[in-house]
Amino acid sequence: MDDTPYLLDPSHWDWSVAGSIPHLLLAHLGYTALSVLVGALIALPLGMLIGHTGRGAFLAINAGNAGRSLPTLGLLSLLVTLMSIGFLPVLIALVVLVVPPILTSTYAGLRSVDPNAVDAARGMGMSGLQVLLRVELPMALPVVFGGLRAGVLQVVSTATVAAYTGLSGLGRLLVDGLALNDYGRVVAGAVVVAALAIALDLLLGLVQRRVVSPGISGRGLGRSRPARPVAESPLDAGVL
Amino acid sequence: MNSVLDYLRGNHAAVLDALGQHVVLAVVPLLIGAVVALPLGYLGVRFRWLYQPLLNVSGVVYSIPSLAVFVTLPYVLGTRILSPVNIVVALAIYTVALMARTVSDGLRAVDPALTEAATAMGYTRTRRLVGVELPLALPVVLAGLRVAAVSNISLVSVGALLGVGGLGALFTRGLQLAYPAPIVVGIVLSVLLAAVADLLIVALQRATTPWTRLAERRS
Amino acid sequence: MKNRLEGTMMNRRSMLGLALAGGATLTAAACGGGEDPLAQETADSGGAAEASTVVIGSANFPESELIAEMYAQVLEGEGVEVQRKFNIGAREVYLKALQDGSIDLLPEYNGALLSALVDGGAPEGVSTPEQVYDALQDVLPEGTETLQQSAAEDKDTLTVTAATQAKYSLTSIEDLAPVAGELVCGAGPEFQERYQGLIGLEEQYGVTFKEFRPLDAGGPLTIGALTDGTIQVGNVFSTDSAIETNDLVVLQDPKNLFLAQNILPLIRSSKNDQAISDALDAFSAKLTTENLTQALAKVQVDKQDSASVAKEFLTANGLA
Repeated sequence: MDDTPYLLDPSHWDWSVAGSIPHLLLAHLGYTALSVLVGALIALPLGMLIGHTGRGAFLAINAGNAGRSLPTLGLLSLLVTLMSIGFLPVLIALVVLVVPPILTSTYAGLRSVDPNAVDAARGMGMSGLQVLLRVELPMALPVVFGGLRAGVLQVVSTATVAAYTGLSGLGRLLVDGLALNDYGRVVAGAVVVAALAIALDLLLGLVQRRVVSPGISGRGLGRSRPARPVAESPLDAGVL
Repeated sequence: MNSVLDYLRGNHAAVLDALGQHVVLAVVPLLIGAVVALPLGYLGVRFRWLYQPLLNVSGVVYSIPSLAVFVTLPYVLGTRILSPVNIVVALAIYTVALMARTVSDGLRAVDPALTEAATAMGYTRTRRLVGVELPLALPVVLAGLRVAAVSNISLVSVGALLGVGGLGALFTRGLQLAYPAPIVVGIVLSVLLAAVADLLIVALQRATTPWTRLAERRS
Repeated sequence: MKNRLEGTMMNRRSMLGLALAGGATLTAAACGGGEDPLAQETADSGGAAEASTVVIGSANFPESELIAEMYAQVLEGEGVEVQRKFNIGAREVYLKALQDGSIDLLPEYNGALLSALVDGGAPEGVSTPEQVYDALQDVLPEGTETLQQSAAEDKDTLTVTAATQAKYSLTSIEDLAPVAGELVCGAGPEFQERYQGLIGLEEQYGVTFKEFRPLDAGGPLTIGALTDGTIQVGNVFSTDSAIETNDLVVLQDPKNLFLAQNILPLIRSSKNDQAISDALDAFSAKLTTENLTQALAKVQVDKQDSASVAKEFLTANGLA
């Protein structure tokens, strides 16, 4: 092979070549999107339930660190050994990874809502569900987004383990590069994964600006924000 | 369950070795990372314009997959490819990425009234930092340390893909033999280790910041 | 608020404790950075200090690890201090580890090693174990040497299920050429760029698969993918008991792409001495395909740990 860095060689970006970077990128995005979707479908309702009722708070508070302590490589190895190869073991392992930050941040977001606002909403005759969806959730959104972004960041970086069990995704560049002692390929993998993570985080940041009411984020109100929102960066939710 | 016990019976020495290696590979970078993060986090407060870049760089660093860092470091550091130094440096970098910003956040959250009081009492900048601001920031800093500790303990196992991964060796072995027992043992020990580390840091926090409990009780 | 201030000011003593704790942390970290905390693990710090220790490595599959363990116990029996660094990775990685001094000794397969060291595969006319061994001597990485090879052979094979074999009436790799366009091949990631892999298959047999699935080096992923139909052709080691258990069929290799694969120790010359080479030669003389296959089945099928299987093997063969 020649001296062109792996990342810059046009043939590695050629869509018509199976296993080229665009294919791996697409597969990686697919794994990420599906895992985050399934994870959010589990964690959001559960987090809202716990945050709204206050029951099960222990679970929500400790889910974050417990989830983080579970080694994904081990979980995936176990699932593959018990189930056989395929996407399902990878999906389960990544969902287990993404549920805790979303769950913890949803709970924390709901808890951070000013009780006066909730009381006021009740006083206006809103039902429990209305209070949750119209008052608590919108006010909790900045924090919820923090957890979501942290989760996405973790999944993008961890989805690389899929390659270890014979699947596709950007992890192929890492695992194959390692097996072939091709350091350029590993670097290419690292750069593309990091770039993808940044791009997705920026995208979610934009969505967040769109979705969070200006009345809550303090944007465009012509006054400085009273305090830094709890979750400005994806790393925040981790610390919760 | 029985096969797990059988496995432990036949392999307890190897498992203990793996556990020991895991502890060293997780704890050493945690200490190094914490020591580096403290001044870095302080700079993020002292020079406000540094805070945002610090945040961004931390985010980027944290999004690079650990396997890639483990494999790439020998070329950067000139270490041997199987050297545990690679794992230690990689995890130290993650620790810094996680903790530098929590140090900044912790320092920024200190009530200005307290720092002003210290200044009025004639404290120099350094003495104020060491005697007032850092101690008050400690709960936040230690919260960051907890996250970093737990995250390190989980990440060490990825090193097994290069033959240096503490308990991760049990994962690769189990996968190679289609044998769940070592994997279960590895996961359980790794999670327990993380729990112990977490509890130790909480205990450290209680011991070093007695006033937080005092304040809780009085309020 | 006032309480907090008082608390801070009044806790000089605990501050002192904190500072001391911080100092201890710094010292510990400095030790960590300066003098390698895993000194006995690395030999990074100079190497000369531990010149007597032989670091034994292995590839990332159970057979390699088992033989490496046997080497380790043989040397320990001779009073040599050894250190185990098993499960490193594929040949591309562990050869580098051998050259940079991370490891000193590991079990190798003569044909695969030759093929890896020669551009474009083994030279014409090299096929018997002796020819391979001789050819190997000219191309070994500088500073390394091989000891006597054993009679034990473990070849890379292309293996299919009985059903696939019947469907395409396959007996040798040659028969794959016309149908390979419909088949998916699975092997370790390194297989796709090795001469004893996709490159040689295409050059020597004109076999080009529809797709390549990077899995593991002849391990459960490959076997699992073969039996569940994810792949139709897998790179499996000939000593693997899974071939029999799963009723798999090994395709013949008339052109000897996968050369004689006798197991032999590859060692850094600086660590080799008479005692070590005598001990390992005595061991290799006893190792055969049969007794290796049996021992390996104890690890792979019965899930015994490789240390006790190795010990049992050495005792049974009068080597311990």
